[in-house]
Amino acid sequence: MHFGLLISIKFPQNILELTHVPLPFSNLKFINIFLFFIGFSGIHTVMRIKSAHIKQQLSRCVIREDGGGRTGRFGGSRLLRRMEICVSEAEKRSCRNAVSMLETFTVYLIETRPLEPTADGRNSSPDSVWRRYSEFELLRNYLIISYPYIVMPPLPEKRAEFVWHKLSADNMDPDFVERRRVGLENFLLRVASHSVLSNDKILHHFLTKEQGWKDLVHETGFQAKADSRLRALNAIFRVRSPNKHLMEVKHYSDELQSYTSQLLRARTRVADRLYAVYKVHGNYGRIFSEWSVIEKEMGDGLQSAGHHIDAYAASIDDILEEEEHYADQLKEYLFYAEALRAVCRKHELTQFELEMASQDLISKKQQREELATGIVRTFSFKGITNKIFGQEAPEQREARLNLLEELTSEGEEAVKEKTAECDEHAERAVTDILQFKEQKDKDLQEALISYALMQISMCKKGIQVWSNARECFLKM
Amino acid sequence: MSGHTVPADISDHMLDLDEDEDLEVYSKNTTLADGGTMPNSPGSMVNQYQLEEDEEDHQDVKTKDIFVCVDNPESHITAIETFITYRVVTKTSRSEFDSSEYEVHRRYQDFVWLRSRLEENYPTLIVHPLPEKFVMKGMVERFNDDFIETRRKALHRFLNKICEHPVLSYSQHFKAFLTAQDLGPYKKQGPGFLSRMGETMRAVAISVRGLRTKPEEFTVMQEYIDHFSTKICSVDKVTQRIIKEQKEYMDELKQYSPSYLQWAELEEELAEPLKGVGNCIERCSKETEDQIQHLSEVLLPTLHEYVLCADTLKAVMRRRDNIQAEYEVKNEALVSRRVEQEGLQEEVEDLAGRVEQANSALRGDWTLWRNVMRTDLKSAFVSAADRNVEYYEKCLAVWESFLLSQRGESVEQTDWEHGS
Repeated sequence: MHFGLLISIKFPQNILELTHVPLPFSNLKFINIFLFFIGFSGIHTVMRIKSAHIKQQLSRCVIREDGGGRTGRFGGSRLLRRMEICVSEAEKRSCRNAVSMLETFTVYLIETRPLEPTADGRNSSPDSVWRRYSEFELLRNYLIISYPYIVMPPLPEKRAEFVWHKLSADNMDPDFVERRRVGLENFLLRVASHSVLSNDKILHHFLTKEQGWKDLVHETGFQAKADSRLRALNAIFRVRSPNKHLMEVKHYSDELQSYTSQLLRARTRVADRLYAVYKVHGNYGRIFSEWSVIEKEMGDGLQSAGHHIDAYAASIDDILEEEEHYADQLKEYLFYAEALRAVCRKHELTQFELEMASQDLISKKQQREELATGIVRTFSFKGITNKIFGQEAPEQREARLNLLEELTSEGEEAVKEKTAECDEHAERAVTDILQFKEQKDKDLQEALISYALMQISMCKKGIQVWSNARECFLKM
Repeated sequence: MSGHTVPADISDHMLDLDEDEDLEVYSKNTTLADGGTMPNSPGSMVNQYQLEEDEEDHQDVKTKDIFVCVDNPESHITAIETFITYRVVTKTSRSEFDSSEYEVHRRYQDFVWLRSRLEENYPTLIVHPLPEKFVMKGMVERFNDDFIETRRKALHRFLNKICEHPVLSYSQHFKAFLTAQDLGPYKKQGPGFLSRMGETMRAVAISVRGLRTKPEEFTVMQEYIDHFSTKICSVDKVTQRIIKEQKEYMDELKQYSPSYLQWAELEEELAEPLKGVGNCIERCSKETEDQIQHLSEVLLPTLHEYVLCADTLKAVMRRRDNIQAEYEVKNEALVSRRVEQEGLQEEVEDLAGRVEQANSALRGDWTLWRNVMRTDLKSAFVSAADRNVEYYEKCLAVWESFLLSQRGESVEQTDWEHGS
């Protein structure tokens, strides 16, 4: 699937608009990084000072689907086809919460703009809504309950994890907020371009209706379902004949979680060590500078070499900041693994409920048969009491038989419904899981390529710096 | 490494060298790159020296006519002790030598003897330092292979520095060291223990008294030496620290690559790129290992020798001061008391001459040393920078080849997509 890129970058003074740059990849994060590299790869200092600002501006870019895309998870009739969505800004707010305490939190601005002109031929004005993280969580929880067979796109992490020491674990830290903003935008884009999710009304309201959205969500009554589902999933239950395919998928999701978190931890430790290596080099600059004072011939060479080595030491900050994007891409799939597992678990639960209902039906049928034929096959309380107190009167027996008939047919209905639910869930889940896997392979391959690009950039910087230093040393 | 916790704010810690106990001791894990290759003929090597004070006008091109090689460490076990001897091979065209080739075996003690003789005879010349007697920290024994190799290389450099010195290379003791099968008789010569003790005590007394007037040039020199000493020590410390951090980085990389390879086994489509990245990281960690080795073998030993040189310089300055002080003491006595005039007069004249000689020797050697130091350090730094460039070039190649393999695949994919 090809995406075209409509980029609109707002700089403080002017607006640069490029239209339709076809790109062979579709992942938003990779696009961010790609633009970052091609646009600013030459200007190191600018990159360092303004990077946060520029990145914010860059992510105002939008993915718009080109015609003729393949129908898939992110194809077909999409919300995204009809409107641009982006999470453009973040702001701090304070207010008194339910227990009258002053709370500070960050809100994010969601801007949407319908792409097609309205009925009267004019372009609609953009909508903007401020949402905080907890509202995103609410939306996602609602979607999980409402579409339990969908592998739900994850939100960026609630608290900073896998932090290497120089990176802040503080939720209020501007870099963290920035990365969260990108993550939230990514979430919305994934949801809005999903074949099923994009049609959800609550999602629409989330994007357009700032006031009253929360009430709308709660009116759906999903919270009660969420609570009961949570209880049920936490209970230990055993499924007699689980869906083999989904069991395999669940096993896969467990391993995926384990391996990605292992990788993220290892990466953090490597980042820590690399930071140390670069920073210690910073001492050379200081010492060479002091040393050059006493040397006649060597002085200039030493000092200028020292300056280059200082630049080398300073370069690690940007390098590692870039790598955080890569880590975020991996984290997304760490959390996706959880979502995948949840779909499998939901099916297990449904299957279990079906088995329970079937059990119940069988027992009801047996009871009916016993009552009808008078032959007691199984042990029952009624059987015992009959023996002790004698058989009941024919009218009572009749009443009970009718009740059992009713319960049996209700039971049959229940089993039919549950079976349908189970099969439907399995079918939809399998479809979505397949598409999830395709997306995952594509996304992660791009992530790995972007990681390689980062390493290449780092090596090139290293070559440049040390070549320069070498030239200076030659002048000693 | 998994249990190792990084301190919360490492940046200050990074720059604060003095607190780190690591930095108090000299590094022991150094293996060196320069081997003991012998040139075939004395004339095949040319060395340039600036022997005159006036650097711009006179440049003497001196052909090197004596070559020494230290190799072949051998273990010797006697009833009393175990020690290592090194083979010392000399090739020379100098007329002072009866033959043009010599081979002897020397132990560390012999080198120490040689150096102390040279310092005695030429108190104000700068004699290159020897590697340390033994290492404090760590479990390195005297007979550890790496240690022996490091020492061998340092001894080789030591002798070659003597060879290159216009005055020291003509020392009788040096000749004896290179040629005599048995150094025993030579060791018995020279001032005895008591007279050496007396000298030391005199020197202490003089240094307590202080100098009357120290010539400006030597004050400047002393300041330079003090400053140089701190700087070279700091550079040495930083380099050691870098090596340490690089090693820890490399250890982490070794844990990092398996996590990609492990994950790859779980995946189908993704297995190849994951394996690719894992392999790249593995290769980069090997490159890091090589790079660390080079730092340890080339830059660090050079810096280290100049740390020791700084101490040598300080000792030379002290000796020069003592010579001057000795003269001043006697001169004062001569001027003030007028006791034993005749004998004293001669003595004072002698001492004055000695001062002059010491000063001019130092002056000349100082220029020589400054140049050699500059050359040595320049070459070491250039080599280190070169190696860094090479390291990054190799890593770049690794990642680019991965990218190429992936791009090739994605191009195929797009073609297929187009086709469908």
